[in-house]
Amino acid sequence: MRHAMIQHLSVLRAALRRMFASGLGGLLNILVIGIALSLPAGMYALLQNVQGLVVQLSGTPQISLFLAMDAKADDIDALRQQLAAHSAVAGIEFVARNQALEQLKQSTGMTDVIGGLEKNPLPDAFIVSPRPSNAQALDILRGELAQLPKVELAQLDSAWAYKLEALLKFGRLAVLILASLLSLALIAVTFNTIRLQILTQRDEIEVSRLIGATDGFIRRPFLYFGAMQGLLGGIMAWLIVTASLLLLNHPLGELSQLYASQFVLLPLSLGDSLSLLLFSFYLGWLGAWLSVARHLSL
Amino acid sequence: MISFNQVHKRYPGGYEALKGVSFDIAEGEMVFLTGHSGAGKSTLLKLVAAIERPNSGSVLVNNQNVGVLKGGALPYLRRNLGIIFQDHKLLFDRSVFDNVLLPLQICGFDHRESAKRARAALDKVGLLKREKTHPIALSGGEQQRLCIARAIVNRPAILLADEPTGNLDAAYAQEIMAIFKSFHQVGVTLLISTHDESVLRDSGVRRLALKEGELQP
Repeated sequence: MRHAMIQHLSVLRAALRRMFASGLGGLLNILVIGIALSLPAGMYALLQNVQGLVVQLSGTPQISLFLAMDAKADDIDALRQQLAAHSAVAGIEFVARNQALEQLKQSTGMTDVIGGLEKNPLPDAFIVSPRPSNAQALDILRGELAQLPKVELAQLDSAWAYKLEALLKFGRLAVLILASLLSLALIAVTFNTIRLQILTQRDEIEVSRLIGATDGFIRRPFLYFGAMQGLLGGIMAWLIVTASLLLLNHPLGELSQLYASQFVLLPLSLGDSLSLLLFSFYLGWLGAWLSVARHLSL
Repeated sequence: MISFNQVHKRYPGGYEALKGVSFDIAEGEMVFLTGHSGAGKSTLLKLVAAIERPNSGSVLVNNQNVGVLKGGALPYLRRNLGIIFQDHKLLFDRSVFDNVLLPLQICGFDHRESAKRARAALDKVGLLKREKTHPIALSGGEQQRLCIARAIVNRPAILLADEPTGNLDAAYAQEIMAIFKSFHQVGVTLLISTHDESVLRDSGVRRLALKEGELQP
């Protein structure tokens, strides 16, 4: 067992040595693989971030009911009772127009602008927490609530989140397609590298076979080389993605400050990073395996 | 140790290299295989190592019919054989030492043991001082000796040599034959193909004479 380990390690060392000896060519290969993988990985990281934003902002869906400006206290009470009795309503919160103005002043730093207003332009509002959570039922409820007397406008707060979610679904599919295509490219790059190696080492392969090398012994260095090249490409991709996210974070920070919010792009999670490395390792191995199967005619 | 029984070998295209060859070589025996070029000497050696397969008849090596050996078993047969190729088949991308190391790496010896054995083999053929040289810098005779070192480093029971003195001058050829005799003395079975008269003058060694694919009486 220990013996076999030592042998595998020495093959691995030889593969790495060969890769370093190949110099610029080897580096370019790794760079190509890295860039190819960094595109879907980077898009995936961005999607994950947007997704996080959606979850954070949408939380539980709410329906805002903005009342007509001429709604009196009586109207508001009647509406409150109606809402409380509604079976699809889980909870209600009343936001008086003055209160809303105060909140607006505090949250967006537009004190000057608001201070310049002659009168409060905001209406009274109810914030309704609905019981159903699927988009369709929410939409029906919203329509129903909009019909209530003195309700000027009923707005589903998380409508945009649902639209974004649909958009994200589209984005994820695009990432998947891109990842599949570029994985094929990675396999092709490895396939070709290994093909060239087999050609240049034809003599060694022939002699080894004549003096008793098993198929496994002959295949092994090529498979290790492919897997290592894939792994290094994966590391390169990870570095590209992480560096890009860090670079983007600075201007994004400035941008989000303008909107008085704090939004930072998170790097790839540990699990995602490991998946990326494992995936690139496997693809390299697969490319090498296909090449060996095709060109070694064992 | 090596036993041929009515072995026929026909190459694609119809050329008949061996026509019903039968012989036995006992364990520890040293045998010369003679004949003009094209007589079938190389083919015969290739059949022993299962580099070629017979069309009919049986080739037994160590009581194993190598003619029908499965691909997966071939490596293990060849590890028991030391083969000295007519065209040397040295690897020019590595040092003399690493050339000799290759069979040991293939068999999975650990590094220290391999290095020790490789140096012993190089010492045996008088190339120890040149272990760091690349084969391209060796003379023809030295390349031949390197090929021998690589063939014996595994300590095989059978040594096959295809024209080992092929284009060497007489002094070198004698030197090589002396090396072979020393293996014979320690019990290695040797089958050496040659058409070199200066070597054959050396009597006392059994000969198998091939002529146009048939064994001469």
